[in-house]
Amino acid sequence: MASTEPAAGTAPAAPAAPEPISKVSIIVSKGSLEGIYPALIMANGARAEGIEANLFFTFFGLDAVHRKRIEHVKVATVGNPGMHIPTLLGGLPGMSALATHFMSKRMEEIDIPPIPEFIEMIGDTGAGLYACMASVEMFGLSRDDFVPQIADIITVGDFYAMAAGGQIIFT
Amino acid sequence: MSTATYAGVTVDVNEEGFFEHPEQWTREIAEEIARADGIETLTDRHWQVIDFMRREYAEKGTGPTVRVLGKASGVSVKELYALFPKGPAKMAAHIAGIPKPKGCI
Repeated sequence: MASTEPAAGTAPAAPAAPEPISKVSIIVSKGSLEGIYPALIMANGARAEGIEANLFFTFFGLDAVHRKRIEHVKVATVGNPGMHIPTLLGGLPGMSALATHFMSKRMEEIDIPPIPEFIEMIGDTGAGLYACMASVEMFGLSRDDFVPQIADIITVGDFYAMAAGGQIIFT
Repeated sequence: MSTATYAGVTVDVNEEGFFEHPEQWTREIAEEIARADGIETLTDRHWQVIDFMRREYAEKGTGPTVRVLGKASGVSVKELYALFPKGPAKMAAHIAGIPKPKGCI
C-alpha cells in the first residue's frame, strides 16, 4: 500500500529529497517560562525560514497572550527536576522570581527577547496567533483580556482546518 | 564548495547558495540574485536592509538576526517580512552576498 515501496524485484530508486516543511501549527498549553519559550522560538524560527506558522494558545498557555499576565510569566521551580534544586527549596517564597530573573537576564544576553516583545515580534512576522475557545470560556476570559496580536478566539475544529497541509507541534 | 554565475561573474557559494567570499559581491550581482529569489526590483527599502547587513557583517563577522534588523536597520519587522517574504535575515543575507546568519532568533 505504501506507494514509496519499490516493486518486488526492482532496484530501489535513489531516495528523493524530503519535501521541505512549508507550514507549522504550534499548540502552547503551558504557562511557565520554560513551557512557553520553546514554542515561541520555534514559531519565530519557522517564519525566519519562510515557513508559514500559526500559534494556538490553550489552557495555561493563554498566559503568554494575556494582557496582564504576559508580563509575569515565571520559571517553575517546583516539580521541575531540570532545575537541579531540592523541591522544598524550590518552594521557598521568591525562588521562582529569582530563577526567572536569572534566566531572563541570560536570554537577553543571547538575544532572545522577553515574552511581551517576542509575542509582538512574532505577530509582526505574519504568524497567526489564536486563543482556544474552550480554555477562554473555562477561565471566564474575553477578547479584551488578550494582547492585540491575538487574531481570533477559535475552536478546535477551526484549528484543524487552519493546520491542514502542515505539521502540528504540541508543547 | 561550488560556484554560481551572476551578472557574468563566477562566485564561490556554499551548498545552500550563500557566498563564501563576500568580497566577490557587487550591486549588479545583488539585483540578479534578488530576481532569482522572486524579488523583481530592489527598492531603496531593500537596499537599506542589504547595506545594513553588509556593514554588520564587515564589523561583526556575522549577519544580524531579524530582531537586530528590526531594531537597528531602520526597517520594522513587519516591513522586513513584506520586503523579504521568505525570511528577512536569510533572504537578505543571500542577496547581500554574506554567509547565512547563525542563531535561533
